[in-house]
Amino acid sequence: MSNKTNDKIAALVDYFTNAAAEDMPYVIAMFTGKRPKRPVSTALIKEWAIELSGVPAWLFGESYHSVGDLSETIALVLPPPIRVTDRKLHEWIKDLAALNGKDDAAKKEFILWAWDSLDTQQRFIFNKLISGNFRIGVSHKMLVNALAKQSGTESNKIMHSIMGKWKPEEITFDELIAGAHVNTDNSWPYPFCLAYALEVEPVSLGAEESWQAEWKWDGIRGQIVKRNGELFIWSRGEELVTDQFPELHFLKDELADGTVLDGEILSVKDGQVQAFSILQQRLNRKTINKSQLQDAPIGFYTYDLLEHATEDIRNKPLAERRTLLEDLMEKLVTKDIAILSPVVSFANWDELAEIRQGARDNNSEGLMLKKLDSLYHSGRKRGDWWKWKINPYTVDTVMIYAQKGSGRRANFFTDYTFAVRDGEKLITVAKAYSGLTDLEIKEVDRFVKKNAVEKFGPVRTVKPELVFEIAFEGIAESKRHKAGLALRFPRIARWRKDKKADEINTLDDLRQLLQSTLA
Amino acid sequence: MLRLLDRGTKTLTCNACLHTMGLIKFTNKGIYCKQGDFYIDPWRPVDLAVTTHGHADHVKWGNKAYLCHDLTKSILQQRLGADLKIETLPYNKEITINGVKISLFPAGHVIGSAQIRLEYKGEICVVSGDYKVEYDGISTAFEPVKCHSFVSESTFGLPIYKWQPQQQIFDQIGDWVTNNQDKGKTSVLVAYSLGKAQRLIKNLTGHSPIYVHNSIENLNEGFRRSGVDLPETIRINADIKKETLQQGIVIVPPALAEGRWIKNLQSAATGVCSGWMQVRASRRWRSADAGFALSDHADWPGLLSAIHATGAEKVFVTHGFTATFSKYLNEIGIASEEVKTQYGNEEEEEQEILVKEA
Repeated sequence: MSNKTNDKIAALVDYFTNAAAEDMPYVIAMFTGKRPKRPVSTALIKEWAIELSGVPAWLFGESYHSVGDLSETIALVLPPPIRVTDRKLHEWIKDLAALNGKDDAAKKEFILWAWDSLDTQQRFIFNKLISGNFRIGVSHKMLVNALAKQSGTESNKIMHSIMGKWKPEEITFDELIAGAHVNTDNSWPYPFCLAYALEVEPVSLGAEESWQAEWKWDGIRGQIVKRNGELFIWSRGEELVTDQFPELHFLKDELADGTVLDGEILSVKDGQVQAFSILQQRLNRKTINKSQLQDAPIGFYTYDLLEHATEDIRNKPLAERRTLLEDLMEKLVTKDIAILSPVVSFANWDELAEIRQGARDNNSEGLMLKKLDSLYHSGRKRGDWWKWKINPYTVDTVMIYAQKGSGRRANFFTDYTFAVRDGEKLITVAKAYSGLTDLEIKEVDRFVKKNAVEKFGPVRTVKPELVFEIAFEGIAESKRHKAGLALRFPRIARWRKDKKADEINTLDDLRQLLQSTLA
Repeated sequence: MLRLLDRGTKTLTCNACLHTMGLIKFTNKGIYCKQGDFYIDPWRPVDLAVTTHGHADHVKWGNKAYLCHDLTKSILQQRLGADLKIETLPYNKEITINGVKISLFPAGHVIGSAQIRLEYKGEICVVSGDYKVEYDGISTAFEPVKCHSFVSESTFGLPIYKWQPQQQIFDQIGDWVTNNQDKGKTSVLVAYSLGKAQRLIKNLTGHSPIYVHNSIENLNEGFRRSGVDLPETIRINADIKKETLQQGIVIVPPALAEGRWIKNLQSAATGVCSGWMQVRASRRWRSADAGFALSDHADWPGLLSAIHATGAEKVFVTHGFTATFSKYLNEIGIASEEVKTQYGNEEEEEQEILVKEA
């Protein structure tokens, strides 16, 4: 079997070698999440697709459910094209941008004309262009590697270049590769150093005194860059999130030029780290209002110092970087917003294991173990840093709805909804579709087919009989869910064939858990 | 599998069909014709199994006698045992069992696949098994049959499934193989032993030598003996060098697609040939290097045109997107009903066959 990543890189190299030069900056922009403004709403696109295809709305809905992607569903249900065009990608993108501000009739005319001019594959891409949402299996890293290979340029340089500020309509492909815009751009971050999960007892790591332990905070990993009077906040997803967190803007005045901090963006109130569910109110918002600022104030817990006095110090050992970080944090005038993430001191591994059990009390996910002589690596490297998370929460639930999967799995019931007991009633708390083996999926599928009570479109109500243990990472209040709460990252931990439906957890159990995280 | 309906005590019958068209009943053993006292594609042992085609979800071991098309006989003998009691019929020839006239019409699904036409006192019912309307070059072309009631599959009964003409797909497969050959990769096409494999062989012959897995070549030999015009293929064995295979086309059934054997080839590129490949999610799920939406089942327009052509007053939908498809038929004015059967597990059951054969 060929290596799929290599195949993808080869395909990208091939593309960048042969594509129209004007298209390439747009492709890089799309692959790195630089989205143009959406010119037409999803609702309208869907309405027009239904109209043009002549398929009833409910059947379009069933098709969408089976395909799992709106752009693809539309591409597949539309009638075959009636003409051909050879417009280039950047021309389509400009056409779409030009739709902004036009009335719906003009937008519709253009979209229908385009659909009638494109084949299924092209339509799919066109629809994705409208949505601006390119979730494809090409990571930044993969794209960067392909560009590096194609252009014979160092990949670090390209990463800095494409992660900087640029607009596809203002830059040529060659300028982008050469990093012409980067010299005047102070924003470039370092790759984050990441840790693997510790799957063995820490005793196997050796002597306690060569390790530093810290809390593993449950927020958004962030990097704060201050250079030449400008401040930038990067998220782990390599997104610039500076504007989302005004609380941290004071660092522009208080950090020296040529400083880069690694840390965790958290909601911190009265010196207490808040649950992730609180922080969530502040994420991915274009504007932030006063009450959000008040309800979920932001803090930054610093882990590491990557650049100090304009010098890249990632190759100094952690112990040295930590000392420099402590000095630097000491000198900040504004206290309690950017906070040094404390070192957890411990005499031996057993003691640390005990401390770790209390992680939930301060809304952390467990501990980080870092070797005191470790360098700040680029990306994930085994051995120097470990995350030692506490076990996830679990709840015993009963399956009450099942839904068929997508595509090839469309013949199997693979998506399930789970409920806990609330007095005499069952109330849904989670939906999950992963965590079972193929064999178990088939077994559950047979159960569903035999025990379906009611049908709502693709959904079957089943006899509440199968008990599943659901693991989850957190719990939050939710007005959208009937239960009044929502589980974070729910997944099937185990099929509890040994348990009966009357042995499952209750809604009160979950409410108590929620209160304990908010207290 | 058998347990599923074992437990259910109620027999699935449809009232409409009992009133006006009493020719078939849907029972826990399969589709039953009371007047003729025989079953069509039963999944539990019966006296006489009238068989639409040789796929494992339509024909089971253990029936006392089988009635099928001439070309299906060798398949059943190979898969279920050489000493079976099998009667055969060519297409378009009528016989009578207990007063019920039976004849077979081509379903175009795989070699030997038949629609079963039943007639009793002027009432006509057609059980189509699996079918496709496009002629594939090797299975006798689908022929619509006028009837009062029609039993249809709906494997691809959603409007997202619209096949390209097969020549376009074979051109794509041909280009893919050429490209693999240039890059030092071995082209491995994944296809059912019965049906898809012969269709590929017939349409790709002349491009490169075709190497096939045992389970496919066994069926091929049976077909050639029965007079099917199937191009030459080479049975894969340990003596054939990797370099030789790399310059050819290798065809294997799905069960072998991810096996150790594939890993030993010179950088194998797998191409899955299945209607499910129309949707990206399935292509990802199968983790194939290439997916070709080549199906032996009717697509959405194919299902609708086939049903219109029968002129049937009532359509029973047995497997696939049954609820959706029958709801749509009712909406466009064709009375339809969803029926629970055990058909539609081709993939799973074909794999079991393969394990037995290997």
